[in-house]
Amino acid sequence: MSLKAFHLIFIIAAILLAFGCAVWSWMSYFSPERGAWDLAWAVISTLIGVGLIAYEVYFMKKLKNISYL
Amino acid sequence: MEIPYTAESRPDTGLYNAKVGIWLFLASEVMLFGALFSTYILLRVGADPGKWPHGLLNVNLGMINTIVLICSSITVVMAWASLKLNNFGKFKMFQAITLLCAVIFVGIKSYEYHDKFTHYEIQLKDGRVVDGHMKEQTKDQVTVSGHYLHTEEAGAEAKEGHSHQTAEVKHEEITVKRDDIKYMENYGPWHNTYMAIYFTLTGLHALHVIGGALVIGFLWGPGSKMWRTEPERFTNRIEVSGLFWHFVDLVWIFLFPVLYLL
Repeated sequence: MSLKAFHLIFIIAAILLAFGCAVWSWMSYFSPERGAWDLAWAVISTLIGVGLIAYEVYFMKKLKNISYL
Repeated sequence: MEIPYTAESRPDTGLYNAKVGIWLFLASEVMLFGALFSTYILLRVGADPGKWPHGLLNVNLGMINTIVLICSSITVVMAWASLKLNNFGKFKMFQAITLLCAVIFVGIKSYEYHDKFTHYEIQLKDGRVVDGHMKEQTKDQVTVSGHYLHTEEAGAEAKEGHSHQTAEVKHEEITVKRDDIKYMENYGPWHNTYMAIYFTLTGLHALHVIGGALVIGFLWGPGSKMWRTEPERFTNRIEVSGLFWHFVDLVWIFLFPVLYLL
């Protein structure tokens, strides 16, 4: 497996983590024990998740000539 | 005698030597971290209900470190892609950013460790428990910036307040006489099972980050001379170091939610 393939897998894991953090932060924000940074992290995590999806598409287009092996 | 397949791929496997080597090494690393993750899960599942410590870590710093490592993975792959496109200047720039990210990660981790080593739980002889950061220690008394814990919180569900999932706890300067102290201990790996597995997992991970940064740093600096004589082999070296770096970052992608959020 090349660095290209491993990077794609890594970014998928990072996207899942970003949306997982977003859900966790939103839930924390709407809970009675709301923290000062909950809303900020909820928005940042959501934006990072969306940004990583866009990056994944860009990356696949840019490196389409490089082997997955 | 020339060693075959150091730069070009072997026709039957489609792989060069170093790539086979790094994947065998990463397989052993998966077993190492897999065993430690399994240990964590078994310890946590086996803990009495409500007794597993929660909210002891600074989630904000953990989030920042996660973003830093994701950025470093992007720059490391961009550096490799730059070499594939014959652009050595861009390779230098992207790897410099990768190294900077590694330094930031280790710096933040060091701060977190320092925070834990100066954070104390002090059990008093009258049954109360003080939790806070050490301000001053003398022969006769100890001063911390912290708060009194509820009895049921002590030693288990201690909530520090700087974890962003919990409401802020008001900290004040508390001075206690040494004669009134029954037991005092900082939040090092010896404090409880959670801190032990936290330091083991993150410490081992940090050592991997430092090791990876050293290799990337060498290939960025003195090792980059190879680009002039054997560009294909040098590009392979960058790919192999990038594979290791991605593995280290992937471990953190699992470590962060397990230790900081759940």
